[in-house]
Amino acid sequence: MAKYKIVHYLNQFFGQIGGEEEANIAPKVEDGSIGPGNAFNNALGDKAEIVKTIICGDSYFNENKDEVQAAIKEKLNEINPDMVIAGPAFNAGRYGMACGGVAEVAYELGIPVVSGIYPENPGYDMYKQYAYFVETSDSAAGMRSALPNMADLVKTYIEKEGELGLPEEEGYLPRGIRKNIFADQRGSKRAVEMLVAKLKDKDFKSEYPMPNFDRVDPVDPLENVKDAKIALVTSGGIVPKGNPDHIESSSASKYGKYSIDEIYEMTPETHETAHGGYDPVYANEDPNCVLPVDVLRDMENDGKIGKLHDYYYSTVGNGTSVANAKAYAQEIAQELQEDGVQAVILTST
Amino acid sequence: MVKEIERAGIPVVHIATVIPISKTVGANRIIPAVAIPHPLGDPKLAKAKQKEIRKVLVEKALDALQTPIDTQTVFE
Repeated sequence: MAKYKIVHYLNQFFGQIGGEEEANIAPKVEDGSIGPGNAFNNALGDKAEIVKTIICGDSYFNENKDEVQAAIKEKLNEINPDMVIAGPAFNAGRYGMACGGVAEVAYELGIPVVSGIYPENPGYDMYKQYAYFVETSDSAAGMRSALPNMADLVKTYIEKEGELGLPEEEGYLPRGIRKNIFADQRGSKRAVEMLVAKLKDKDFKSEYPMPNFDRVDPVDPLENVKDAKIALVTSGGIVPKGNPDHIESSSASKYGKYSIDEIYEMTPETHETAHGGYDPVYANEDPNCVLPVDVLRDMENDGKIGKLHDYYYSTVGNGTSVANAKAYAQEIAQELQEDGVQAVILTST
Repeated sequence: MVKEIERAGIPVVHIATVIPISKTVGANRIIPAVAIPHPLGDPKLAKAKQKEIRKVLVEKALDALQTPIDTQTVFE
């Protein structure tokens, strides 16, 4: 069997171009493998080889999605690979969205995609039908197990000529796709067995897990914003200079509550960002561009809003688990209610 | 976070750049922002001009908070 020709997609960091200061680079193609791609090539042996690597900045991809997808489609058409490997992206939101976006393009061209992702990464839910996503840990500390797991799936895919089995058998995350298969027992018997197991409080496995639509209905709007007390909340990591609560730059284990009573605008002398998931230069130069205190103060003085709440709340939304974010927001919401806040402007980077 | 605050009965408007993420996390009132590292400003512009852009976005956010909606809505 001929060696599988693979294109690898990486962000600016794993593509060894640079950190957040390079997150704005447009997509480019390099020959051969780079960074984690070298480990893939070693693991894949004579089965497959990364021939080209496409690198794009995480911010650039997400801010120019259509343009980047079109460019990547063109490159994939030129290179004509047998498969695309994307990431792994772990719990990096922008990178996960980019890997998924690449998978969508490859899918349209009929090219299979193997990627690696933490299940809470929004890129998984959004793009799960387009790639075989291997479950990884939430941070790059899990690279050591992510790479062989992804390489194993690639090898299995090649051996089985694309006829992969069920997600749990082959080691990828469910894609939300239904396939016709032959079962040993007919449906009525399987259903009754499940019901009997359920009645006996025994474990059973549904063949059609219900999708998890955790949506909150929109709350009724404010009658008049001129009378309302409005609070600012951000996941963009704006903190008083020096980050007094030591909020972590990624996977934040806490949030901060900070007074803006008597503060008329954010300045580089008083505030900065603790966020490690975007280029902090702009937010440090002018924190108002993440937390618009200056504008809301003007509006308060002009009577356009009732009052800007005396405190703002901040955490770092970079790789922070859904469970933590949920817990922070529940506490914050309770305090806001007690303080009579009627609406929230939440800003995200 | 948007979802949990809204669940408590407080209307939330989410100002964010990557709209698909905002939708996935369940924001109901969404205002598209300028860019990921500077959602409410554009460092290419002079300070006063940046503040104008910011004012327009915040005004949109306040309008969104006063608008009745039935489902996730992006206020362009």
